[in-house]
Amino acid sequence: MLGKSDVAGQVRVTAPTWVQARSRLVGSTVATYVLLTVAAVLMAMPFIWMLSSSFKSYREIFLDPFRLIPRQWTWTNYRDVFRVAPFHLYILNTAKVTLFSTLGTLATSSLGAYAFARLRFPGRDYLFMGYLATMMIPGQVTLVPRFILMKWLGLIDNHLALILPGMFTAYGTFLLRQFFLTVPRELEEAAAIDGAGYLRRFVTIVLPQARPALATLAVFTIMWHWNDYLNPLVFLHSERNRTLALGLAIFRGDVDVQWNLVMAAVTISVAPLVAAFLAAQRFFVEGIALTGLKG
Amino acid sequence: MASHRLRAREAAAGYLFLTPNLLGFLIFSAFPVVASLLLSFADWDLITAPQAAGVSNYTRLVDDPVFWKSLYNTLYYTVGSVPLTIGLGLLLALALNGKTRGLYGYRAAFFLPVVASSVSVALIWQWLLDRDIGLINYVLSLVGIEPIPWLTSTRWAMPSVIMVAVWKNLGYNMVILLAALQEVPRELYEAAVVDGATPWQAVRRITIPLITPSIFFVTVTSIIGSFQVFELTSVLTRGGPANATNTLVMFIYQYAFQSFQMGYASAAAYALFAIILAVTAVQFATSKRWVYQQ
Repeated sequence: MLGKSDVAGQVRVTAPTWVQARSRLVGSTVATYVLLTVAAVLMAMPFIWMLSSSFKSYREIFLDPFRLIPRQWTWTNYRDVFRVAPFHLYILNTAKVTLFSTLGTLATSSLGAYAFARLRFPGRDYLFMGYLATMMIPGQVTLVPRFILMKWLGLIDNHLALILPGMFTAYGTFLLRQFFLTVPRELEEAAAIDGAGYLRRFVTIVLPQARPALATLAVFTIMWHWNDYLNPLVFLHSERNRTLALGLAIFRGDVDVQWNLVMAAVTISVAPLVAAFLAAQRFFVEGIALTGLKG
Repeated sequence: MASHRLRAREAAAGYLFLTPNLLGFLIFSAFPVVASLLLSFADWDLITAPQAAGVSNYTRLVDDPVFWKSLYNTLYYTVGSVPLTIGLGLLLALALNGKTRGLYGYRAAFFLPVVASSVSVALIWQWLLDRDIGLINYVLSLVGIEPIPWLTSTRWAMPSVIMVAVWKNLGYNMVILLAALQEVPRELYEAAVVDGATPWQAVRRITIPLITPSIFFVTVTSIIGSFQVFELTSVLTRGGPANATNTLVMFIYQYAFQSFQMGYASAAAYALFAIILAVTAVQFATSKRWVYQQ
C-alpha cells in the first residue's frame, strides 16, 4: 500500500481524482481482456474447425457437419491423404526448395551486405540505389522474362527454376546491410591490426554479431518459399515435382469435395510452419517489428 | 603508396564479396525488368519469332473490358481490405499494448493466419463458407439468416475474399504497430488520463499521433501487397463468378501462361507497376500532412 501513496504523491493530485482515474484504467483493462479473448477465439476458430474436420469421416462431414468434437475420431484421413496424392513428394520438394533458397539467400545476402556496409569500391552507391529501386518492382513484372529465361535454360519443371532466383533477394541484402551498419567498427579494427583479412573479419566478427538479423531473414525466406504458390504454378508441371501449396490447390478437386481429406492435407501443410512459429515466436514477431521500425 | 594499395585491395574485396549477389541480381531482377519493358512493345507466343508491335499492346489494354474489370476488382479489394486490416490491427495492438499477461498466447492467435499459406487459408475458408454445409451459414441460420452463396454469387464473392484477406493479414500489421506502441512512453498516456482525459481521448490525441510513422509504413506496404493479390482469389474463387474476383495479377497470369501472349501480359504487368508506383508516390507526397516527424 506504501507503493500506491508513492505514486499518488508523484502525480500530485487529490486522492478522489486519482482513484477515479485508476479505477477507469482498471475497468478498461478488464474490458480489453474480455474483448481480446473473444477476438482470439474468433481468429483461431478456422484452424480449430480445420483440425476438427480433419478427424471426421466422409459420412459424418455430410450427415452431421456442425459438431465441433468428431463423433468418431477418424485418424485414417491422414493416411489416405498420402494414398490419394504423393504428399510425401510434395513435402520433400517443398523442403528442398525452401532449404536451398534459404541457405543461398543467407550466403549471398550477407556477403553482398558486407560489401555494401563496410567496403569502399567505385560504383558502390549507384549499385545500391539499383538494388533499392528493384525492391519496389513487384515480382509479377519480372515473371514473364524469368519464365522465358528458364525455358531457354531448359529448367522448366525443374526445382532449380525456383531455387536459383530464390537464392538472391535485394530485400535481404538491404535488411542485412542496415544491420551490419550498426555493428561497431572497432570490433573489426582490432582484428585487422591482428592481421585478419576481410573474409575472416566477416566470418568471425560480423556474422556472429548479426545473428538476430540472419534469423529474421531466414524466417522470412522460409515462410515465403514454403507458402509460395504463383512461382511453382508457373514453373512446375509434373505431379511428382509439385510443392505443397501447388499440390494442395490441385488436390481439392471439383466434384464431391472430400473436406475431411482436404482439411487433413491442409493440416499437414501448415503444421511445420505453425510448429516453428510456436517454438520461435520471438524471431517471427521481432523480425517483422524490426522491418517496421526501420522502415 | 601503401594506402593506395590498401584501397585497391579493399575495392577488390568489395567486388568479390558482391559478385555472387550481383550476378543473381542482374540475371533475375535487372535483366527481367528491362526485358519485360521491351516485350511489352512486341508480340510473342514463344513459338514463332517475336514481332515489333509498337504501343499496340497498351492501346489494346485501354480497350479491354476484362482489364478494366480486373483493375476495378483490384481497387475494390484494396479499398475493402486495407483500411480494415490496419484498423483492426491497430485496435488489437492498442488492446495488447502494456499487457504482459497472456501476451504470448494472444499474439500467437492473431498471428497464426499470417504464417499459414494463402492456399491453405483459401481452402479452409472454402469449407467454412460452403453454402450448404459450411459453418458460417450454419451459425447464421441459428439467428434466422437464410444461407448466403458466399463464393458463388457476384455480389458476395469479393466481400468474402476481403473478409478472408483481413483475417489473414491483420496480425502482420498488429505486430508492427504493437512494436511502435511499445516505444511510446506510457507515462504520457497515463498522465493524460490522470488529468481527466478518457482513455480513448488519450489514445487518440497522444498515442496514435506518435505512431503515425508506423501507420504510414503499414499503409504503404499493405496497399502495395493488395495490388498484387493473386493466390487468395485464384484458389478461393478462381476469379469468378463471371470475373467478379479476377484481379490484375490473375489477368497477367492468364495472358502469359494460358494464352501465351507474352507481349500483352508484359504490358499489363507494366501497367500494374505504373499504378503501384503512382499510388505509392501520392502517399509519400501527402504523408507530410499527417505523419509525425521526429
